[in-house]
Amino acid sequence: MARIPIVRIRNTLVATFQKDLYDRDALDLQSSLNDLLERTGCDGVLLDMSMVETVDSFLGRMINDVAQGARLLGAHTVVVGLQPAVAITLVELGLELPGVHTALDVERGLVRLQRIRAAGARQGSGRAR
Amino acid sequence: MLDELRVAIQGEDGIVAARQAAREAARGLGFGPVDQTRITTAVSELARNVVRYATGGKGEMRLWSLPVSERGVGLEILVADDGPGIEDVKAAMQDGVTSGMGLGMGLPGAQRLVDELEIDSAPGRGTVVTIRKWHR
Repeated sequence: MARIPIVRIRNTLVATFQKDLYDRDALDLQSSLNDLLERTGCDGVLLDMSMVETVDSFLGRMINDVAQGARLLGAHTVVVGLQPAVAITLVELGLELPGVHTALDVERGLVRLQRIRAAGARQGSGRAR
Repeated sequence: MLDELRVAIQGEDGIVAARQAAREAARGLGFGPVDQTRITTAVSELARNVVRYATGGKGEMRLWSLPVSERGVGLEILVADDGPGIEDVKAAMQDGVTSGMGLGMGLPGAQRLVDELEIDSAPGRGTVVTIRKWHR
């Protein structure tokens, strides 16, 4: 049983990280997300980290990998709910997660994804012309 | 004050157990939430090194509080293993230097999160990493 539940909200997959994360949970998440993206055609991923108290370099790299993998499957990723202490620690660790969008909470994350989609659509039509 | 506490590190469960014990100790000694997270994250990096590199992925974390000094209340944490040891400690402390599958930011990353980090290691002799952090 996966310890990171994934729910679908319209075209977005929301993954909620649990408090004490095992490495295998993170690796499981990566493959289940990719499966689901392929099966459902969702174009957005929200990673809800609000319960996570520790993000070390392994988990930081994994978040980055999830975002890059999702991008290759046509989806944007937004990390939401990072605790302030975790955010400070990530910067000090040297893991600033470039290329990963962030938002304060799930609601703002969904709005953020809408904006990214809209911007992508504009760009897309621009190229088509 | 905090009496010596030992936590066995073996496999992923050991990483989680070490993190939990470190956070609890830091909280108990009055460290704020950001320092608790810094300490816990540093321990996570060190415990991960044990699981990844030490012989059989086994090691131990030991922690205790330091005598109160002008630096305030201090926490000292040792993470030790009987693994192959580190040949070039100086190189291991540089960002991006890795012998495994990581980013090579485990040790230098951990160092940035605490006040002091010392490595005692030699090939064939295992590794002891000591970290210390204080708060007023």
